[in-house]
Amino acid sequence: MARVVVDVMLKPEILDPQGKAVHGALPRLGFDGIGDVRQGKRFELEVDEVTDVRLAEINEIAQTLLSNPVIEDFTVHVEDAP
Amino acid sequence: MKIGVVTFPGSLDDTDASRAVGFAGAEAVALWHGTHDLLGVDAVVLPGGFSYGDYLRCGAIARFAPVMEEVARAAAGGMPVLGICNGFQILCESHLLPGALIRNDHRKFVCRDQGLRIENASTAWTNAYGQDQEIVVPLKNGEGGFVAAEQALDLLEGEGRVVARYIGGNPNGSMRDIAGITNERGNVVGLMPHPEHAIEDLCGPGTDGLGFFTSVLQTVAVG
Repeated sequence: MARVVVDVMLKPEILDPQGKAVHGALPRLGFDGIGDVRQGKRFELEVDEVTDVRLAEINEIAQTLLSNPVIEDFTVHVEDAP
Repeated sequence: MKIGVVTFPGSLDDTDASRAVGFAGAEAVALWHGTHDLLGVDAVVLPGGFSYGDYLRCGAIARFAPVMEEVARAAAGGMPVLGICNGFQILCESHLLPGALIRNDHRKFVCRDQGLRIENASTAWTNAYGQDQEIVVPLKNGEGGFVAAEQALDLLEGEGRVVARYIGGNPNGSMRDIAGITNERGNVVGLMPHPEHAIEDLCGPGTDGLGFFTSVLQTVAVG
């Protein structure tokens, strides 16, 4: 088995209220050095084998379901075996 | 005349939408998310709620429901389709309308009577209103911030496809105060506020919302 990871982030120009809420909580916890927080999503997809065909398929999954290209960008990477 | 109202797992306002259809003088037909059958309806309403628990993104999973294939096909053929709140989110996720809805900029759920200006009174769902008529209907959403690229917004404005705009304050951070939009043909309309909750004087802020449902009757009757 192998693991392919899809990370989805809001595009930089899209407001991220959840990230702002997290960022706003940090000073209350005594962490003053963080300039900004953006919140995203991480998907871990388990596959038998990483092939070009499988990666192309996962890119399509990321494009059509896991992300909304109007507001989000995504990256796909294969996680190294432990 | 038959107006279909789709129920997804997590839909909330399908009953109110059906009731509004009845008040307008049409027959409401319950449509089920898991079927490929629109049961011969003349128009479709995608109601508000939290389809699939809003998992992933609002409307992202409902988009792939079997019934949505038929709705998309019918919309392409000119059938009137109205998406309210979660229905609007589903239409955007389905690319039947441009843009997307994100979390309210102030991060709180908003529930209030909302003023709107009907800026396009020629769509399938707004022809009962006067141009620039101001109405009040309930608004209730957590993720109602309409966003789109500047270019897409300019196109919407230039083509008169902003159907309704918030007045008396922007409740959710929607770009350019946009509350509802339509497609090029004017048969598909998405709206964040809830006209189906404002169809009788007994409850809600009045009857300003009924026009959406009487409009589509006129549209279908004229053909």
